[in-house]
Amino acid sequence: MAVPGGAMIAGLFEWSALPAWPTVRADLFQHLQLSLLAVGIGLVVSLPLAVAAWRYRFVRLPVFAFSSALYVVPSLALFVIILPLTGIGTVLTAEVALVGYTLLILVMNIVAGLDAVPRDVREAAAASGYSPAAALVRVDLVLALPYLFGGLRIATTTVVGLVTVTALIGLGGLGRLITTGFNADNGTEVLAGLVLSVALAAVLDLLLVGAERLLVPWSRGRHRLPAADARA
Amino acid sequence: MHFFSQVATWFAQVTHWRGANGIPALFVHQVALTFAVVGAALVLGGGAGLVLGHFGRGALLAVNSANAARAIPTLALLTLFAILPAISLAWNGFLASFLALGVLAVPPILTNTYVGVREVDRDVRDAACAMGMNAVQVMLGVEVPLALPVVATGVRVAAIEVVATSTLAAYVSYSDLGTYVIAGLDTNDTVEAFCGGLLVVLTAALVAVVFARLQRLATPRPLRRDGTLLVRAGTSTAVA
Repeated sequence: MAVPGGAMIAGLFEWSALPAWPTVRADLFQHLQLSLLAVGIGLVVSLPLAVAAWRYRFVRLPVFAFSSALYVVPSLALFVIILPLTGIGTVLTAEVALVGYTLLILVMNIVAGLDAVPRDVREAAAASGYSPAAALVRVDLVLALPYLFGGLRIATTTVVGLVTVTALIGLGGLGRLITTGFNADNGTEVLAGLVLSVALAAVLDLLLVGAERLLVPWSRGRHRLPAADARA
Repeated sequence: MHFFSQVATWFAQVTHWRGANGIPALFVHQVALTFAVVGAALVLGGGAGLVLGHFGRGALLAVNSANAARAIPTLALLTLFAILPAISLAWNGFLASFLALGVLAVPPILTNTYVGVREVDRDVRDAACAMGMNAVQVMLGVEVPLALPVVATGVRVAAIEVVATSTLAAYVSYSDLGTYVIAGLDTNDTVEAFCGGLLVVLTAALVAVVFARLQRLATPRPLRRDGTLLVRAGTSTAVA
C-alpha cells in the first residue's frame, strides 16, 4: 500500500507532475477565448439594455429584475438546465450562462454611470445643438466610461473564474487542469490551474486598467471602491 | 415534450424523495453547508472588518479583498483541499467544501463591514468617546448597529455566492443537491442533471429571498428602499 500522506505532499509541488506545455497552452488559450467572448457579447447585449433602462423608467425594473434573477442562478445549474437545448460540451452552453452573469454587473454599472452624468452637462449639450441621440453617444456614454470600465473589470474577473466550471460540462480551459488533476490526485496540476486562472484574471484586469487610462484620462486618481451592494 | 415527461417521471419517483440520498436530505445538506459557511464568515470577516474599520487600518486589504477574491476559482480550491491529505474527504467532503467556500464568503463581508464602519459619522463616534465609552463599547454599541445594513448587504452577497457554489461541493463528494447534477453529467444522464439543476436554482432562490429578508430586518425602517430582491453586484457605492 502506498503511503497516502508523504507521496502526495511531495507530489503537490512537483513540476514533473505537470502536463506538457502545449496542452497547458491550449487550455489557457481556450480559457481566454471563452472569457473574452462572454464579456464581449455581454457588453454588446447590456449596452442597449442599460441605455433603455436609463432612458425609460418602465424598462428599468424588468431589466434589473431579470439580470438579478440570472445572477442568483448558480452557474453549474444554469449550464445543465440549458444543456438539453444547447448540447453537452458546446461553446453555446457555456456562453449563454457566462453572458448571463456579465449582464447584471455591466447593466448596473452602465446605468449608474449614465445616472451620474451631471444635469448641467446634459443641458449644455442640448444648448450647443446636440440631438438627444448625438448627446447620448458623444456626451452621456463618454462620461459614463469610468463606470463602464469598472463594470468591465469586475465582469472580466468574475468570468475568468467561472470559466473553470465549464470543464464539468466537457469543455476545455484551465478547469480541465483542475478536474484531471483532481481525478489523478495530482495537486500540482490543480494548483497550476488555479494559479494560471488567477494570473489570467490579473493580466486582463491590468490591460483594462491600461485601456481605461488611455481612453478616459480624466478618471485617473478618482477611483471608486466597488463594494458589494444589494438593495436594502 | 418527451424530455419534459422524463423530467416529470424523475420527480415522481418515490426513491428520489426518501432516505439519505433523497431530495429533502440533500436540500438540508446544502442549506446547512451554506449557513455554516456564512455564519463562520460573518464571525471572521465581520470581526476583522470591525476591528480594521474601527482603527482605520488595512484599508487596502479590506477594500480590495472582495474584488480580488472573485478571481479565485472555487473549483480549484475545493479540489486542492480535497487532495490535501490533512483535509482530504474528512466528514464526507464537508471540511474541504467548508474551507473552500469560506474563502469565497469572507471577503464580501470583510469589505462591507470595513466600509460600513468607516462610514459611521465621525461626530457620532466622537460623541460616544466623549460619553466615556471605551473602544469595545464604541464598536459594539455604536459602530455595529450603524454599520449593520451595509454588513447585511455583504452577508447577503456572500450567501448568494456560497449557495450557488455549494453545488460544486458535490464534486468533492459532499452530498447535496449538486450531487444530482454531477452524477447526471458523469453518466450522461441529462434528465437527472437537469432536475438537479432545477432543484439547485430553487434552493438558491430561496436562500436569496431569506437573506434579502434578513437584510431588510437589519436596516432601520426609514432607510429601507423598494426593490428588496434586486441584487446590485459590483456597483460602486462606497467611497472611503
